[in-house]
Amino acid sequence: MKLRLAVTLALPAFTLEADVDIDSSAIGLFGPSGSGKTTLLEIIAGIQAPDRARIAIDGREIAHLPARERRIGYVPQDDTLFPHMSVRGNVLYGAEALDAEVLKTLEIESLLDRTVAKLSGGERRRVAIARALLAKPALLLLDEPLSGLDNARASLIIEMLQRIETPILFVSHNRDEIAALCDATIVLDHGVTSYGDPRS
Amino acid sequence: MIVLFTIRTALLATLLLVVPGTWIAWLLARRDWRGKSIVETLVALPLVMPPVATGLILLKTFGRHGPLAFLDVVFTWRGVVAAMSVMAFPLYVRSARIAFEQVSRRYEEIARTLGARESRVFFTITVPLAMRGLIGGAVLAFARALGEFGATVLVAGNIPGRTATLSTSIYNYVQLGQDDAAMRLLGISVVIAFAAVWTSELLLPRRHA
Repeated sequence: MKLRLAVTLALPAFTLEADVDIDSSAIGLFGPSGSGKTTLLEIIAGIQAPDRARIAIDGREIAHLPARERRIGYVPQDDTLFPHMSVRGNVLYGAEALDAEVLKTLEIESLLDRTVAKLSGGERRRVAIARALLAKPALLLLDEPLSGLDNARASLIIEMLQRIETPILFVSHNRDEIAALCDATIVLDHGVTSYGDPRS
Repeated sequence: MIVLFTIRTALLATLLLVVPGTWIAWLLARRDWRGKSIVETLVALPLVMPPVATGLILLKTFGRHGPLAFLDVVFTWRGVVAAMSVMAFPLYVRSARIAFEQVSRRYEEIARTLGARESRVFFTITVPLAMRGLIGGAVLAFARALGEFGATVLVAGNIPGRTATLSTSIYNYVQLGQDDAAMRLLGISVVIAFAAVWTSELLLPRRHA
């Protein structure tokens, strides 16, 4: 996937200036806390409005589109599962039918009829990823998808993410996680982007 | 008879205000627009104005030379419903607005990234998550409608068998010195009001919840 970003947004502490031109199907977005990673994801998803933005995925310009037309999957750090729906209701929200492949990869077939409140942290994360994937996004944004999970559960999710075909942009402040999953890295520091080597 | 008439008109008044009330509450909670503070104030007015003054406005609006005279509201059961609706409106809007404000925008934002249009977000995310507060507000509005007196008397009069409600009948009986009848209606009023407020307290979101 070719991702082209030219984003500017003045924030209270600094100005976010992302300038990225990258070709990869698993991109890590690395940076310390408060460096603007989540803000950048939400600008790409169409949730936050930037001062200026050009966002192109494989040449398709999406910055002028409302969130619902962007085809960007977004899994926020807090999962934001709809609390009044079952797991099935959640994963079907953006989809017309269940996709057995996705359910199998994320191992949530047996969770479908549960209420959201009864899920563990790892299960919630997997359901949120499945919900985003079933809407068939052109790009999946993952904000710290391994935070709060123990090592076993985190490596399980890494394995699952390695198996999905949708391109991902994966946010983490942990270099090891990015090295395990990504073949290209963007470093964000105080709102300014640069390229990094995922294995350094 | 009086009790059933009052419950029926109060129910109808509540049903009438729910749709416009929900819409205005959502606009106040979720959108910024020019004139918002004026609408906010207008909506709250019946809460603080003397009910009789609100009744007079309604009388002039629906009365013989008023712009809505053709609706034939004055001194009919429709007048009772109109007075109840207007007086209960602010209570419902207030509760519904708080209910909407307590729904995290995150859910709506995520729903949009999943391809949902605004109307779908509203009906499948915002309203279900605010539902307890909306129902609580409707019950509170119903309770307020049951007790309406000042505006009702001006718009609908106090005609036994036609427009007399619980409150206006209590007033009638006291005026006529029929204290037993007044006390009976008083007892019924207390029971209905207690049940309604108790229900709404159970449903309405609270700060510490």
